[in-house]
Amino acid sequence: MREYDIVVVGAGPAGSMAAMEAAKQGASVLIIEKRQEAGSPVRCAEGVGKEGLLKTGIKIDNRWIANEVKGAKLIAPNRITVELSSEHAGNEVGFVLERKIFDRYLLCEAARCGADVMMKSSALGVIKDENGIKGIEVESSDGVHRIESKVVIACDGRESKVARSAGIDTKLKLKDTESCAEYLMVNVDYDKDFTHFYVGQCYAPGGYVWIFPKGDGIANVGIGVLGSKIGKRTGYPKELLDRFIKNNREFEAAKIVEHMSGTVPVALPLEKTYIDGLLIAGDAAHLTDPITGGGIINAMVSGKLAGSVAAKHVYEHTELSEYEKLWKKELESALIRDYIMKERFVNMSDNTLNLIADSLKDYRFSDLGMGGIIDAIKEKHPELMSELEGLI
Amino acid sequence: MNENISCNQSKCLYCGGCVPICPRNSITLRETRIEIDDSCNRCLLCLRICPVGALEVLEAKA
Ligand SMILES: Cc1cc2nc3c(=O)[nH]c(=O)nc-3n(C[C@H](O)[C@H](O)[C@H](O)COP(=O)(O)OP(=O)(O)OC[C@H]3O[C@@H](n4cnc5c(N)ncnc54)[C@H](O)[C@@H]3O)c2cc1C
Ligand code: SF4
Ligand code: SF4
Repeated sequence: MREYDIVVVGAGPAGSMAAMEAAKQGASVLIIEKRQEAGSPVRCAEGVGKEGLLKTGIKIDNRWIANEVKGAKLIAPNRITVELSSEHAGNEVGFVLERKIFDRYLLCEAARCGADVMMKSSALGVIKDENGIKGIEVESSDGVHRIESKVVIACDGRESKVARSAGIDTKLKLKDTESCAEYLMVNVDYDKDFTHFYVGQCYAPGGYVWIFPKGDGIANVGIGVLGSKIGKRTGYPKELLDRFIKNNREFEAAKIVEHMSGTVPVALPLEKTYIDGLLIAGDAAHLTDPITGGGIINAMVSGKLAGSVAAKHVYEHTELSEYEKLWKKELESALIRDYIMKERFVNMSDNTLNLIADSLKDYRFSDLGMGGIIDAIKEKHPELMSELEGLI
Repeated sequence: MNENISCNQSKCLYCGGCVPICPRNSITLRETRIEIDDSCNRCLLCLRICPVGALEVLEAKA
């Protein structure tokens, strides 16, 4: 039997940040990852906001930046394009990362700060007694081990089985999950300075199609479709993506060099993100932004807070509930606002999107601000105002 | 092993996307393989969420 102050499950952005922070503060930390390498295969479009990334305290390193973009282009069903500068485009605009390198970099940093690492090792479930969580059961190549710890931090991503083993309901509803298919493509004819979002039921029911440029004609091209909108008639997301690629001239000469898939929680955060001996961070706690589907930064922010509170719990007996207070202060209001927005957006008709785009096509968002947007819509399509009430 | 759902390995990209959808916690991603245990009650939610259509219903035994 081995013992650590803190065991972190999952070496994604949340887990590596948690391990790094706890180790920096002097705790003995083990990070467990079931895959044989961190970050691969990729299940991500790899876009992050520059501001957000800087806020995490990580030093920006060109080895994991594929491309820097100036803004986003939103393309409505009628093909009218609205341009957003990066300040308005939110979590996914700024850099396009190389997550295979980025995730490994963060894990190396955690190890450098003193965390032990166990790869190709699956957490099977928490060990608990009447006083709470006491550690974790792990299966690796040499058998099943029990590892005791004062705190377990669940950073196991969307699967979120560790918290589930502790009795926390982490199930996702179809209506709160985007089902995503994505290709890495080469020879894509795009504007390298912009991420592209095709928004409308005609492209992706309850979601969007994205092109995130990585430079040299390479791009992540993907689709997210809301689970509750997938049926026999729509086909599954990969089929919809194939159709989109076939029908758009940007891809005439393009070739697929990687297949990816995944799901993104577009839910409200878990009601409870801690119990005695357990903290939950990142996708495992449903901290992805429900409108954009971006979760890298929130995973890093919540992971870092979890690592810090866990270390303080070990040394200073700080209550673990402090973690929930801290991440809520940082993230909760935006997550709730964007969840409400998502509930409206997923049912918005293509006609409404077309009219919004028509109202805004002659402006750049950077010149407008929120008040300006409302005025522009009011002037051109006043009939939309009642439908958009409370949304903008 | 369950007799309800099977995963077509030639389509599955082992993304784990189906795992949190299952109301009975019947699905486990073992690195590159999806395993479904016999707690599955054939609700078919996992078929709807799989982005690549890798999950299939097995014909009920006679
Ligand atoms: C198609 C797609 C596109 C996306 N695009 C973007 C984007 O452009 N920008 C953005 O910000 N976000 C994006 N996201 C979301 C983003 O990928 C996640 O929010 C982010 O990876 C969450 O980080 P995490 O550390 O919480 O979880 P993950 O990165 O999922 O890491 C979890 C880790 O835990 C491991 N694990 C799981 N179970 C166990 C276990 N039992 N034992 C041991 N290890 C385990 C997994 O193998 C994995 O390595 C996208 C997601 C998808 C699916
Ligand atoms: S969602 Fe589909 S592709 Fe992903 S692991 Fe499940 S069966 Fe495989
Ligand atoms: S059919 Fe329902 S119960 Fe069975 S594995 Fe799929 S989601 Fe779970």
